[in-house]
Amino acid sequence: MHKLLLLGDEAIAQAALDAGLSGMYAYPGTPSTEIMEYIQASPQAAADGIHREWSSNEKTAMEAALGMSYAGKRAMVAMKHVGLNVAADAFINSAVTGVNGGLVVVSADDPSMHSSQNEQDSRFYGRFAMVPVMEPRNQQEAYDMIFEAFALSERYRLPVLFRITTRLAHSRSSVARRDRIAQSSVSMPSDPRRFILLPAIARRQYRALAEAYEKLYTDDAVDGLNRLKTGNGRGTGVIACGIAYNYLMENIADRAGDYHVLSVGAYPLNREKVAALVDNCDRVLVLEEGYPIIEEQLRGLLDRDVKVLGRMDGTVPRDGELNPSIVATALGLKAGQGREVPLLVRQRPPSFCKGCGHADMYQALTEVMAEAGQGRVFADIGCYTLGALPPYNIVNSCVDMGASVTMAIGAADAGLFPAVAVIGDSTFTHSGMTGLLDAVIKNSPITVIISDNYTTGMTGGQKSQATDRLENICLGLGVDPDHLKVIVPLKKNHEENKAVIRNELNYHGISVILARRECIQTASRSKKARAAEKDKSKE
Amino acid sequence: MKCDIILAGVGGQGILSIAATIGLAAVEQNLFLKQAEVHGMSQRGGDVQSHLRLSDSEIFSDLIPHGGADLIISVEPMEALRYLPWLSENGWLVTNSVPFVNISNYPEAGEVLAELDKAGNTIVLDADSIARDLGSTRSGNMVILGAASSFISMPFSALEDAVRKMFSRKGEEVVEVNLKALRAGRDAAAAR
Repeated sequence: MHKLLLLGDEAIAQAALDAGLSGMYAYPGTPSTEIMEYIQASPQAAADGIHREWSSNEKTAMEAALGMSYAGKRAMVAMKHVGLNVAADAFINSAVTGVNGGLVVVSADDPSMHSSQNEQDSRFYGRFAMVPVMEPRNQQEAYDMIFEAFALSERYRLPVLFRITTRLAHSRSSVARRDRIAQSSVSMPSDPRRFILLPAIARRQYRALAEAYEKLYTDDAVDGLNRLKTGNGRGTGVIACGIAYNYLMENIADRAGDYHVLSVGAYPLNREKVAALVDNCDRVLVLEEGYPIIEEQLRGLLDRDVKVLGRMDGTVPRDGELNPSIVATALGLKAGQGREVPLLVRQRPPSFCKGCGHADMYQALTEVMAEAGQGRVFADIGCYTLGALPPYNIVNSCVDMGASVTMAIGAADAGLFPAVAVIGDSTFTHSGMTGLLDAVIKNSPITVIISDNYTTGMTGGQKSQATDRLENICLGLGVDPDHLKVIVPLKKNHEENKAVIRNELNYHGISVILARRECIQTASRSKKARAAEKDKSKE
Repeated sequence: MKCDIILAGVGGQGILSIAATIGLAAVEQNLFLKQAEVHGMSQRGGDVQSHLRLSDSEIFSDLIPHGGADLIISVEPMEALRYLPWLSENGWLVTNSVPFVNISNYPEAGEVLAELDKAGNTIVLDADSIARDLGSTRSGNMVILGAASSFISMPFSALEDAVRKMFSRKGEEVVEVNLKALRAGRDAAAAR
């Protein structure tokens, strides 16, 4: 079969399709978005009738995937690392129920926070839930490991956590495909009560989980992905997790024999293999993207048996992603050095697109807030977080999906009036609706601006679950129709929009303003698509 | 053979079309390839870069080491300078001279060009006017790619074939104008 040039994300998606996937579940989040996008665009997925709709959030995605697994079919769920927090309840408990059809949970970490609020390490969740974790080293391995992940998931009846980081997710390389596996048909779990986590059943299941986790350490499907290469003499040993292996080899490919290397592709990590490395070396350098998880385990609480180098002793910076230069320095090699960046090179932060509706909304809000006072705008996760930057400087918080509404509630509870929440349409249906219900029930004196651009904008314009539903959702939750306003953020409506915002800010109760105009990016794309369609019909 | 390239620009300028063209050509040439892209928030008018690595043997890192790039290809002059820490001592820098000004403190254009002059092996050309003269303001990226083509370790015809493939869906006219842009870039660079 010919090779494909694929992003790491796309390799995972193609592998899942080839490995008999029946359902893909996800909410967009950088750097994981392209997995679902690839499957949605795949003619193969369409022909095979693979489920491939976006979910409202990562929790609903995880649960739906578990449901498909319950019914005996292979399912995959993908999210960015912080999405796993949202899905955590379902994820942790899916390890206790176990699975029926193979279930792979892809979590894409973003060390260096290229497009994220933190750099949490999903491997931590794998250990927490006691499930196997796979961490591919490159695009080809990402493809191949998905097959192993589904097989392992079905053999152990456990979900498999598939951990990638930004550089693998968004880097392209050639990938060779395998023969396709057919989809499974519907089948009931062998133990019909396994998914009922009543205490009596959960206790039994949990004990079985702990036993299974212990077996995983030495199971070849896990341990086989961890490769120990013994070098000459004693000296330095290196444990390189996932893509850290590439940065290591970039530096030592021509003298690899000088090092003892344990290249890690799956967890939990076989203790014997680690011992075989440690016993051969005077010191061990641990290279891992994200948290010093293996490093901390190796040091133990007392940190005195093995000489360990890594993020915890400063050999490697404590935060941020790895790169070839950092690894060179950690190895005591001379890192490559280019020229300095000239002083005149300025920062170029991201900014609103020209003609963006969020910008017009913020222009009006900024002017009204100048009258109301500073420090009162709680924003959320999306393009509109850029309201924190000049020229607006109006946003005072961006914490997690949905936190705008609920933080405004709490601040109002404390006596801050007026308090404003700014949230996007897709973020609102992801995690804002429950907060709005809280606000309705106690009639919080806050104003919620839902900046509705009919899309999930920041991740590139995916379908928004909120489109054409916001009025009904707000009214259904109990928002007073007299305080549910719609404005169109355009320059020509500026004064009128300011008046609406000012009025609602002064209202001592819950009010919602839908600031509604199509995303300028999706608008121009659909305009082009319509023009192309027109050209076609002319021919 | 190895050729490590940093592609630079501002989000929305379409550096990935350059990357995709080189990538297509590399696949046809049976080269190993890795290409790291930037997606997500920084795409919105922020600085963006892509690490593109070609080799006839296995490539490990998706990222180019500091001081390791053979070539910087930039569609914006200040952005070209941002990646000097990656450029090798004898590396080349090929950039568009037309600034993309979306920040209030953008430096004086003359100072940027003077700084590029100091960088050594540079080719600076007004890709926008070259593209405009060809009747296609949107082909500036192909002009820049053409100007950089002699530093990319593959025959020029391989890039031409890749352009044909890239744009074939959009019709013969679009293919032709992009091929013209590619060649015009190459010729403009050769004239220096």
